[in-house]
Amino acid sequence: MIDTLLGIPGLRRERQTRRNLLIEAGIISAIALVLIFVMPLILSGFELNLLGRFLALAIVALGIDLIWGYTGMLSLGHGIFFALGGYAIAMHIKLQIPSTSSIQLPEFMTLYGVTELPWFWRPFYSFPFSAIAVLAVPAIVGAILGYLVFRNRIRGVYFSILTQATTVVFFNFFNGQQKLINGTNGLTDFRTILGASVNAPQTQFAIYTLTILFLIAAYALSRWLTSGRFGRLLMAIRDDESRVRFSGYDPTGYKVLVFAISAALAGLAGAMFTLQTGIISPRAMDIGFSIEMVIWVAVGGRASLVGAVLGALLVNYARSRLSTEFAENWLFFQGALFLIVVTILPDGLIGWLRHQGVNQVRSLLGSRQLATYPSLETDPEVQHEREVLSKETSE
Amino acid sequence: MQLLIEGIFNGISIGAVLLIAALGLAIVFGLMGVINLAHGELMMLGAYTTFVVQNGFRQIGGPLLETYIFFALIAAFFVAALAGLVLERGVIRYLYGRPLETLLATWGVSLILQQFVRSVSWQLVIGLVIFCALFFGALWAISKRSNFYRIRNWAIAILAVLGAKISWEIAAALGRRFGLALTQPWFGAQNVDVTAPSWLRGGVVLMGFQLPYVRLFIIALTLICVVGIYLFLGRSPWGLRIRAVTQNRSMSACLGIPTAKVDALTFALGSGLAGIAGCAISLLGSVGPNTGQNYIVDAFMVVVVGGVGKLVGTLVAALAIGTINYLVGSGTLALISTPIQPLVDFFTFFATTSMAKVMVFALIIAFLQVRPAGIFPQKGRMVDA
Repeated sequence: MIDTLLGIPGLRRERQTRRNLLIEAGIISAIALVLIFVMPLILSGFELNLLGRFLALAIVALGIDLIWGYTGMLSLGHGIFFALGGYAIAMHIKLQIPSTSSIQLPEFMTLYGVTELPWFWRPFYSFPFSAIAVLAVPAIVGAILGYLVFRNRIRGVYFSILTQATTVVFFNFFNGQQKLINGTNGLTDFRTILGASVNAPQTQFAIYTLTILFLIAAYALSRWLTSGRFGRLLMAIRDDESRVRFSGYDPTGYKVLVFAISAALAGLAGAMFTLQTGIISPRAMDIGFSIEMVIWVAVGGRASLVGAVLGALLVNYARSRLSTEFAENWLFFQGALFLIVVTILPDGLIGWLRHQGVNQVRSLLGSRQLATYPSLETDPEVQHEREVLSKETSE
Repeated sequence: MQLLIEGIFNGISIGAVLLIAALGLAIVFGLMGVINLAHGELMMLGAYTTFVVQNGFRQIGGPLLETYIFFALIAAFFVAALAGLVLERGVIRYLYGRPLETLLATWGVSLILQQFVRSVSWQLVIGLVIFCALFFGALWAISKRSNFYRIRNWAIAILAVLGAKISWEIAAALGRRFGLALTQPWFGAQNVDVTAPSWLRGGVVLMGFQLPYVRLFIIALTLICVVGIYLFLGRSPWGLRIRAVTQNRSMSACLGIPTAKVDALTFALGSGLAGIAGCAISLLGSVGPNTGQNYIVDAFMVVVVGGVGKLVGTLVAALAIGTINYLVGSGTLALISTPIQPLVDFFTFFATTSMAKVMVFALIIAFLQVRPAGIFPQKGRMVDA
């Protein structure tokens, strides 16, 4: 009230946004508290583990939303970054060999007759390095790939195809290197992490909690990135990149940055997912899995962070339900999901709620509303014609 | 030297397969900007059609059996073209101008097609036929009502659910009644094998190495397809229309070219080419639900490297990628570079099929640094060309 009296127009808006932010933070922390304290009471250990996995996948959905929803680049290669994160943490766990054991190598290496630890395994002895690598390795790979591609203004579907091809390449690479990273079988059979048994319920619960905290951190980061100037620039790149370039910005740097951030989020998700499933294999770099990640975002709603998280949770829940009931026909459902979302719900659930949902529900209930296009009311040409007409009639 | 020639020949034969796979893709992509991720599955349909035709001819027997491949080619073309037409009319036409979403939609279609060949049985077919009859019949009946457009969306939603339920129940009941005769999958999840006609087995020996007849046949087939497409696009009235729409869609529409028809025709043509490609690859190895996946990414790389909308680019790119892939993957390069030890080590590391892909991709990325729009870029004045 007082600021309208004082006549400072910006102040009121700022207060409003600050209040909205506080409300949002409150809701999120409430959800987090429910997830951490109530869910373990309701769900069994298996279901809780499943929920933890879905929450980990929601982190990668956030990353995809950043680059697809906000920046308009459809990456079909996030499986790579997901897997790289997973491999980083799995390699650290595989090196937790008790000093009493005679061979100081992960067991699969001795099978293939490797006698010395390859050089790139060595740094993973240290936990801090591995923890950083979970984020840094995917981010660096993403940045290099992004730089090489964006520098040439390769974008749109070409970018999608290239990321898809990259996925195939990485898949082949990891699949073929039996001696170095156990090829097709991937890294599995995890024992201890930081001295605690990985499969113990307490450790799993700690990982579950950690996943939730990371998800919130990822959400906060994405929220911060997308709400300010940076976010507006991303959306500008999405809507008309040439125009952004002509306005004097260089979109390449921004695109590389956001791609790297998104890759880092995927790596984080991969690490948390790996810890909860106990296996990471090249299958995580399957093309199908990478495209599936995109559909989570599409289901929830592009360019809406809540939508990304919601979509990841919903689709994965449906998947786990349906694939146990109709194991054979899950692909039918998945294919249909792709078709339905793209044709009927192009903006996803959140987009539908925002734009058409209210009106459709209202018309379903029978109260039909007539409305003109709101843009007509503010169109200067229409206004002008109305004035002319009213003048003519009055004369 | 001989090794190199042998390598190049084998590379060209791989390139021919790639080219025939990429040809339809390139036309569709160049014309409509549609990324058809179901292209590989259309190839798979062609391959399965070959399998069916072969079995049919085997039942008939006789001297005709040796010529089944020609009938299979024609059948594969039409089956895939029909599937493509349905896909275009049913899904893609609603998504023009949104290439990333066609990509997702066609991926969905490809998943459905994969599962379809795994689980197709008489029961499923009967169910589908009943569903189509119910759904489209009821829709047709409703369309007579005056308030059709108001209730259309609701009618479709309700009919889809109702029709699915009814047809599912009927098919399930029939399946229980007749058992395996109806529920036995036609192909199953296992790969099936197509045997080449006897005159395609063996090969001609030339300068000490063998050229398999099958490979020669595929090269000839690819040549015929390329020449045919070239003539079709260059000489026929519809080819002219297709090229016009590729160049400038809105201008063509203004000049009275039925762009929707052109789109449908082109998509059917591209899909038909995928069917022929599927027929060709069925001669090379066994055919399974995942067959299409193996080719799709390579085919797209060909399109990207070649430059969109140019037949020549696709041709050159396919041959180049095929040759390099083979030369690296088979270890020929490692053998050639014997005097220089580090080069040998380097090429030996990449001398497997999967590692060759890694190297070829690196080369492609390097190439795109020099020519981002492909070998023969589309010329134009637009910023976003």
